[in-house]
Amino acid sequence: MKVAVLRFPGTNCEFDTQYAFEKLGHSVDLVWHEDKNLPADIDLVVVPGGFSYGDYLRSGSIARFSPVMKAVTAYANDGGKVLGICNGFQILTEAGLLPGALKRNNNLHFISKHQTLRVENVDNAFLNQCEKGEVLNIPIAHADGNYYIDDEGLKELEANNQVLLRYCDKDGNDTVVNGSVTSIAGVCNRDKNVFGLMPHPERALEDILGSVDGVKMLKGFEA
Amino acid sequence: MTAIVNVYLKEGVLDPQGKAAHHALDSLGFDGVSDVRIGKQVVIELDTDDKEKAQAEVKEMCETLLANTVIEDYDIEIKA
Repeated sequence: MKVAVLRFPGTNCEFDTQYAFEKLGHSVDLVWHEDKNLPADIDLVVVPGGFSYGDYLRSGSIARFSPVMKAVTAYANDGGKVLGICNGFQILTEAGLLPGALKRNNNLHFISKHQTLRVENVDNAFLNQCEKGEVLNIPIAHADGNYYIDDEGLKELEANNQVLLRYCDKDGNDTVVNGSVTSIAGVCNRDKNVFGLMPHPERALEDILGSVDGVKMLKGFEA
Repeated sequence: MTAIVNVYLKEGVLDPQGKAAHHALDSLGFDGVSDVRIGKQVVIELDTDDKEKAQAEVKEMCETLLANTVIEDYDIEIKA
């Protein structure tokens, strides 16, 4: 698999993401935000975590107008697979490629810890290696992860199986982590080719880091 | 002309910063505060003297960049 990982000023998870996909045997191209085109023959675009443009105005609001995002939007509209992690999720919602928006955490704190997540839907190109209801242990690290969508939008997400992950306790019961609507941690678009989540699967690939649950998440794209 | 744009979370969208400030005001003994909402103000200097044109242009700026209309509302004041 050939993966393009984007870099904006302020991105800081691009090398972790590159390491993760290379560890799984894939080739990775880092793509600068000023590039107008994505590399040829890619299988996946990853918008990685960090603090693009210092989170000024709103997280992701400036990055989404960068030249490379035009190419990503065209790629996504053409059916190409796109994954946004953390700041990448924020950028994709700002760009309108994913529904909803991410607000400041309800406790106003930057939350950095391992967090259990419940897999909500597996009929997609991302979580197909996981089982519905499975509880995963994946680190989170964000200040603006409080997912908001209105009631109508939420109904649509549920009806189309677009909710990917919810924050839960170790037994799989919903838990409030950052104030997200119905504890949502990740969603996809209606066509199920654009995915976004606040947790960092690329940080959960080795036992020494406390979890390897990120492997089966990222491996989903191989299928 | 100067455009003053206020951006704030929509009615019904919980404002965690406003809530924290409200709680602090209560703790300080300020009675009778029923709600606190925190937004941001953007001050834009414009070259034009045409108020209508300025209004239309700033509205487009808000819709495109300055506000995320999924969660935020905005108002615009144009000053000479």
